[in-house]
Amino acid sequence: MSYRTPYSRVTGLGSAKEGTGHFWTQRMTAVANVPLMLFLVWLIVSLVGADRAQMLATFANPFVTALTILTVLSACIHMKLGLQVVIEDYVQAEGSKIVLILLNTFFSYGVAAVAVVSLLKLSFGG
Amino acid sequence: MAEPNRPLSPHLQIYKFEITMAMSIVHRITGVGLYLGTALLAWWFAAAAIGDGAFDIAQGFFNHWFGRLILIGYTWALFHHMLGGLRHFVWDMGKGYGPERYTYGWLTLIGGVVLTALLWLLVLI
Repeated sequence: MSYRTPYSRVTGLGSAKEGTGHFWTQRMTAVANVPLMLFLVWLIVSLVGADRAQMLATFANPFVTALTILTVLSACIHMKLGLQVVIEDYVQAEGSKIVLILLNTFFSYGVAAVAVVSLLKLSFGG
Repeated sequence: MAEPNRPLSPHLQIYKFEITMAMSIVHRITGVGLYLGTALLAWWFAAAAIGDGAFDIAQGFFNHWFGRLILIGYTWALFHHMLGGLRHFVWDMGKGYGPERYTYGWLTLIGGVVLTALLWLLVLI
């Protein structure tokens, strides 16, 4: 027995194969975030009260910078997907929902861009 | 059109309190908190990249008791959300839907507080 609608049988396009994309990316970044975020906590704690010279010395290490950039990217993708679900759950009006999802995307990628460029600048000597 | 006289579905206050429902909404709240906190993280990196003056302002904020409180709150939200996430991994694999879900809920709540306390004890020592 087929569960396809008459319309979908006529167009014959089938699935876009992206039905689980949101869920899967959310879980993938969640798995990555566990070790990456523990690393970030260690990094922040080791730099509490640090001066700028210590920051430059820390990010002169390419492994530290690379891991921090990966953390920022994974976290920003994860939080963009997460907040999108919060918006979709609580905002009923279609217009506001679209505007908020748009702002959510801009904020998430904006934060990622500022952080990554800053980290690269620090890494290359400030 | 007249409102049909249909029964309403029971709302939140009708249900007995369970730790799982509290952890569900706290997972979401900590997630939103972490979301907003990334702006502070980006500010911290950007300030360090800009120069000594900008970085002194940022470090001054995080060394102030209010900034430190935000930092401690951020690490708690992180640990809590992480433990809650590990619980979701178990559920994603189709396990942990029995009475053990209450244990997971309490472990998330207590674990988040304990890990935060241990971390900041280490910082202060």
